[in-house]
Amino acid sequence: MEVSTEYAVQMHGITKLFGSFCALDHVDLDVKKGSIHAVLGENGAGKSTLMNILYGLYQADSGEIYINGKKAEIKNPNTAIGHGIGMVHQHFMLVDNFTVTQNIILGNEVTGKFGIIDTKKAREEIIGIVKKYGLEVDPDAKIEDISVGMQQRVEILKALYRGADLLILDEPTAVLTPQEIEELIEIMRSLISGGKTIIIITHKLKEIKASSDVCTIIRRGHSIDTVPVADVDEEQLATMMVGHAVKLVVEKAPAKPGDVIFEIENLTVKNERGLEAVRNLSLKIRRGEILGIAGIDGNGQKELVEAITCLTRAQSGTIKINGVEIQNTTPRNVIDHKVSTIHEDRQRRGLVLPFTVAENAVIEKYRTPEFTRRGMIDRSRMTGFARRLIEDYDIRPAGCESQPVRGLSGGNQQKVIIAREISNEPELLIAVQPTRGLDVGAVEYVHKMLVRERDAGRAVLLISLELDEIMNVADTIGVIYAGSIVASFPQGKVDENTIGLLMAGGRLNETGSEST
Amino acid sequence: MFSKLLLLIGITMMYSTPLVFGALGGVVSERSGVVNIGIEGMMTMGAFTGASVSYFTGNPWLGFLAAGVAGGLVALLHAIASVTFNADQTISGIAINLIGPGFALFFCRLLFKDATMTPPVATLPRLFGEDAFAGTPAANLNVDVTVVLGLIATVFIWFILYKTKWGLRIRSVGEHPAASDTLGINVGRTRYSCVLASGVLSGFGGASMTLAIISQFNPTAISGQGFIALAAVIFGKWTPYGAYGACLLFGLAQALTVVLGGSDSGVSIPSQILAMLPYFLTIVVLILFVGRSVAPKADGLPYEKGER
Repeated sequence: MEVSTEYAVQMHGITKLFGSFCALDHVDLDVKKGSIHAVLGENGAGKSTLMNILYGLYQADSGEIYINGKKAEIKNPNTAIGHGIGMVHQHFMLVDNFTVTQNIILGNEVTGKFGIIDTKKAREEIIGIVKKYGLEVDPDAKIEDISVGMQQRVEILKALYRGADLLILDEPTAVLTPQEIEELIEIMRSLISGGKTIIIITHKLKEIKASSDVCTIIRRGHSIDTVPVADVDEEQLATMMVGHAVKLVVEKAPAKPGDVIFEIENLTVKNERGLEAVRNLSLKIRRGEILGIAGIDGNGQKELVEAITCLTRAQSGTIKINGVEIQNTTPRNVIDHKVSTIHEDRQRRGLVLPFTVAENAVIEKYRTPEFTRRGMIDRSRMTGFARRLIEDYDIRPAGCESQPVRGLSGGNQQKVIIAREISNEPELLIAVQPTRGLDVGAVEYVHKMLVRERDAGRAVLLISLELDEIMNVADTIGVIYAGSIVASFPQGKVDENTIGLLMAGGRLNETGSEST
Repeated sequence: MFSKLLLLIGITMMYSTPLVFGALGGVVSERSGVVNIGIEGMMTMGAFTGASVSYFTGNPWLGFLAAGVAGGLVALLHAIASVTFNADQTISGIAINLIGPGFALFFCRLLFKDATMTPPVATLPRLFGEDAFAGTPAANLNVDVTVVLGLIATVFIWFILYKTKWGLRIRSVGEHPAASDTLGINVGRTRYSCVLASGVLSGFGGASMTLAIISQFNPTAISGQGFIALAAVIFGKWTPYGAYGACLLFGLAQALTVVLGGSDSGVSIPSQILAMLPYFLTIVVLILFVGRSVAPKADGLPYEKGER
């Protein structure tokens, strides 16, 4: 494409090698001024690498970058900022115990004599930007006290404060609630009308459709195509991203539920602060049934799972698997009663990152006679077992059993956990946010496994913040609000709006229409 | 009784001053994210250098400054190991605690005819001159000039940390170095300056022992003050004023051992028990406060680019 001042950024023929691995191979990206340009690709496709090159965190091995039609050398973030480029990182770069104002001015402080910070003037400047773009934040609040959505606005403010005309948003919606996502899209619009240009990196198709004008698809380090978003649908985008057709809707046969094998009655659990996070909660799951729990984060999901797995104490109530009470025993006892859990945070709870894949694979059963003889771990059996899982569950790279699990991609880390948990042949499989941070291909895989386990006659408890996931996968949909299951429906008997309303604390009246 | 009280206050101030300098050093270093358990070693180097420079030049002020330089040089080792080479900061600190006294003793034997202590040296003046208020109870409050220097240093460090842009940057580097890095703040350079400043302050702390309190260097001149200062950093929640207050408390413990141990005190506690008081108090404080007060988030963690 020709170099022109119509474009805020043009990256031509960008190639980047990490050792012998080619992360980007002659990638082109042309972003028109005043547009929202999505960069779509699976995890590891190279989209973050491309943006890190634009922001000066990496240097390209070849290729050229033009800013506003002029060739630019971007050596480090400082030169990028000098060219009017700002980046909002996926993992926020905020100092938790600083105020919003301190975080925004850090490194570019407004100072008087002797380097003394002029907080008042800085505050005024920030409020000016806040008003101009409708970014609602309290400049004096500490970061640790504000919501994730507001933290993200602080990140955007940081870039605007430094005079950014082009904003790079790296996976901005990964951590947001549906409402916050809508707010973000509105903010993006107001930034565009204020004359800014936005590049949004994502693998979420819905949000591209909702927010962007143009989309560039990157797959395995190659630019596949650049298309106007209005001309394509989600399926087409997914196909271009993955390279083959994908099904966005989960395929499954109707459930054939059997007896109730898992039952919670009147469970109450307190959170770390001593407040009742789960209140009088009751639920039942049958064999061959997926119970999906929808809810906004912080409504007791975490405490519910911790109580079931005995990571925290239940104040009252019973949790029964096959008629045996397991509440307030030990995590080991829960596992021994054939409850397997795919925990929410795979890197903190699910895996020991520096351990090898094989060690992680046996971490719940290393002490069984299968793997331990006279107190010594039988390493060859352990490796053999891991090899079988790697093959059966297509964990990549093949032959990774002796590698630290840290080195695997997010999707493959999740596969290690799923393989481990399913290999326990559980009666109840709990999956908490099992597809968080995974790309379309991996999401499809995880959903398929959950349905397969259901069909094998297991009870499945799926807890997710992604309403789509619950609607698609669950046979029975329960809504959790303020620590209780406020309603439940068979799949297909309820629409997203009703669930959304219940999640926010609304009630259904008798005629079935909603009111708050 | 009144005179006793003034004596207690005077001695508290006197003994807390070396701790104050050491603790300020700890605050500055740890606020930038580098754990400095080598304060003891840096103080010992400062104590020796201060005494011997004062002995040879006859000028205690030169000795005091030289002590700062010596402390800074030792700290440079710590900075090279822990910032440039991302070494384990605890191990580097332990090494410095072994090197400090070793060097001091080695040079002491070299310079003073194989003796392990220096002869008496010229000391820093007292606040109101040597003989002011002589004979009156107020003489107890005619403290060493280092006491005032310690107080000034505390206010100065507080001002830098909380009022200036450099302080904001130092604190950000100690909390979230990756964030600082993306905003163009040089994490390595910031940590280097803070570790060096920490060494200089610790050196001053050592010198305020040998140039004001005991007027010579000997192998027990610094015996645990560096570690007590470290406890004061934690007890004081990594803030200059908090650390200062904590040092006063530890100074008081030391003063009590002196006042109660005096032959005319009328209290018969074995002096060995009394001598344990400051160290015992340190352990109690650490048990009660470690874990409860919150350290800078990146304290003790080497910063490697690209890690999240």
